[in-house]
Amino acid sequence: MEALLLSRWQFAITTVYHFLFVPVTLGLSIFTALLETWYVNCGSYEGRIKLKKLVKFFGTLFLINFTMGVVTGIVQEFHFGMNWSEYARFMGDIFGAPLALEALTAFFLESTFLGIWIFGWDKLSEAKHCACIWLVAFGSNLSAFWILVANSFMQHPVGYSIEGGRAVMSDFIELVTNPYVCGEYAHALFAGLSTGGFIAIAVCAWKILNDEQSRESFISVMKLATVYTMIGLLGVLGSGHFHAQRLNDLNPMKLASFEALWHTEDPAPFAVVADINRADRKNDFEITVPYMFTIMVHNSFSGEVRGINDLQAEAVKKYGSGNYIPDVKGMFWSFRTMIGVGGLMMLVAFLTFMLVNFTKIMNHKCWLRLLPFLAPLPFIANSVGWYIVEAGRQPWIVVGLQKTAQAVSPNLTAGEVWLSMIGFTVVYLLLAMLALFAAISFIRRTHVTEKEG
Amino acid sequence: MDLNALWFVLIVVLFTGFFVLEGFDYGVGMLLIGRKEYDRSMMIRSIGPVWDGNEVWMITAGGAMFAAFPHVYATMFSTFYMALFLMLLGLIFRGVAFELRGKYPSKDWRLGWDCAIMFGSLIPALLWGVAVTNLLQGLKINAYMHYIGNFGDLLSPYTIIGGLAFVFVFIFHGAAFLMLKLGDEGMLLELKRSSIKFGVIAAILYVLMVGMTIVSTDIMSGGLTIIPFAAGALAFLGAIGAMYKGQSMQAFALTTAAIALTVVQFFAALFPRLMVSSLNPEWSLTIYNAASTPHTLAIMTGAAVVFVPIVLCYQAWTYRLFKARVMPSDLKH
Repeated sequence: MEALLLSRWQFAITTVYHFLFVPVTLGLSIFTALLETWYVNCGSYEGRIKLKKLVKFFGTLFLINFTMGVVTGIVQEFHFGMNWSEYARFMGDIFGAPLALEALTAFFLESTFLGIWIFGWDKLSEAKHCACIWLVAFGSNLSAFWILVANSFMQHPVGYSIEGGRAVMSDFIELVTNPYVCGEYAHALFAGLSTGGFIAIAVCAWKILNDEQSRESFISVMKLATVYTMIGLLGVLGSGHFHAQRLNDLNPMKLASFEALWHTEDPAPFAVVADINRADRKNDFEITVPYMFTIMVHNSFSGEVRGINDLQAEAVKKYGSGNYIPDVKGMFWSFRTMIGVGGLMMLVAFLTFMLVNFTKIMNHKCWLRLLPFLAPLPFIANSVGWYIVEAGRQPWIVVGLQKTAQAVSPNLTAGEVWLSMIGFTVVYLLLAMLALFAAISFIRRTHVTEKEG
Repeated sequence: MDLNALWFVLIVVLFTGFFVLEGFDYGVGMLLIGRKEYDRSMMIRSIGPVWDGNEVWMITAGGAMFAAFPHVYATMFSTFYMALFLMLLGLIFRGVAFELRGKYPSKDWRLGWDCAIMFGSLIPALLWGVAVTNLLQGLKINAYMHYIGNFGDLLSPYTIIGGLAFVFVFIFHGAAFLMLKLGDEGMLLELKRSSIKFGVIAAILYVLMVGMTIVSTDIMSGGLTIIPFAAGALAFLGAIGAMYKGQSMQAFALTTAAIALTVVQFFAALFPRLMVSSLNPEWSLTIYNAASTPHTLAIMTGAAVVFVPIVLCYQAWTYRLFKARVMPSDLKH
């Protein structure tokens, strides 16, 4: 029992930590590729010198982040066998395929062409070199697609049958075209764009304020980064909205849980805040907006949204007695944190966009001073967002097919998992500090000017 | 040949690729010990463009095992829990070190990360040797495919010799790679002298490992030929000779052949099993009782047939692109 709980904690810690870097990789790879495309197509001599330095500048930040993403990703792949062997047995016929395809089609591509990109500046033509970073960006995004195919199966299993006590793949195309994948993938990709863009804004702000000789270069990047961030945020909003609508069919318990809707209602109100009482399965106090939840789900003033208690009763009828309600309180507040932080990021990006395009940005030193301190925002939104995804399927590891408690490796002792969990946590904290130190010192000492050298 | 056997072959191919390619990366990493900063930078630069792509061979081998033989993936990774935990720590430090060592202008900073690369290469190399010999020897696997031993059961004189053999073979393999890649005459001279010592130690450990494999495992019981072992040993001795004569290309080709032959021999000894139960032969995991369904295997076969050649093409192109020897002037990057 204790090995189970510890394994869950270990997986949660390593996943959230891994997912700090993944969105930055998705966003900064494309951002760097855009900068290099700009460089390749730039006509002016001084502009080219400046742009090349900018590509290397943001490319280096991308690399530091990418490496952290890669090494923490290996831990994730190994975990399924190390801590969750019964999951791997039950689900391997289905779950192994996207993982193997991820390695075969994406990992080789991104790591090989990244190596070429780093060391190949003098060995390739400009166009070919630029193609390399686009291949890296493509590989990273393809990798995200495959792992979300795998994850979507856990949230909403399709294309399978149960044979000989395990789930087997009956239709690969159905697995890949799982309606759940579109929502998760689009949301993750756009979150990546907004994260990468927001980091770029924060870095530009610091450079504009503190590095006089690089100021002009970073003002032009900031213009690009604000647009990039806003595109990302609009995409996050849109994909999040449509995905939540689909959840009403695909995973209603998750939807009802992060909105803390206990009873089926038509029209359903939207709870802005709520004091959730999980023991009595109700909200002791709530402020609601009438009709709002129904409007969000159905795009109309009428329409039923099923509540947690009714879904629990359905689940008991279908799967036998048990508690099928996830962590409502954690999900409810995670969701509100995600929305709030996303909104704040939009405000910041828009305001920065206006200031940098229509005013003299150096007249707003206070704002520039503030922006670097806002850099943690996207990481908060990404982490709580991922928490909603994974907590929302509990107590299942694969909704309706296998419970998390049945999935843990039976041979593990609590001592072993304690040791590995503490080991990973300590190492992860240490490396985060060192990587951040390296990134910040690099940002401080690297100048981007129109002069050569 | 059915799909199960085909996937066995594919797993062998992936592991061969992994041990040959990542083998010299580990070797170069371990050779950093006790060297001055300029030498370390040159050596790391020689594997800089390729090490990450090489590591993916291991990840792909793991992923392929998950897809094709999920029970093997489940049993193997949970059996080697503590060993894999240590290996992951090594690989984490090593991967980050390659990227961060040059990102801050300080000698101590670089020395620290270079130590991380050294240990991060030594630990996985050692543990892979221990793991492979354990697979050959058999593990306490019960009727439900669960490992019922503990971490200590994985260590025996045989498996420790296996681990050490892997370490020294990789060191010599890495030295042979460096002889091809370094453009500094002084370093080449020094490396040639020291690598022959490592080669001799590696050869002794290799022969010990082969001998103990013949004694401690059932490798001979199936009437299996040990020609690959013998050929591997000969190739290795040939490599030492070539190194002595200064024929770098031959030396590297021969260490590559020796490693590939050894991996093939190991898997041939296992076939059709992938994990041997020491408790009851019937409880061993084979390519049939541990496999995915024919449907999944067929899909994965299609993917492998298309993508493995593509990967080989662009990786080969990378090696061609960076075939020039590493010069001191390259360190400015």
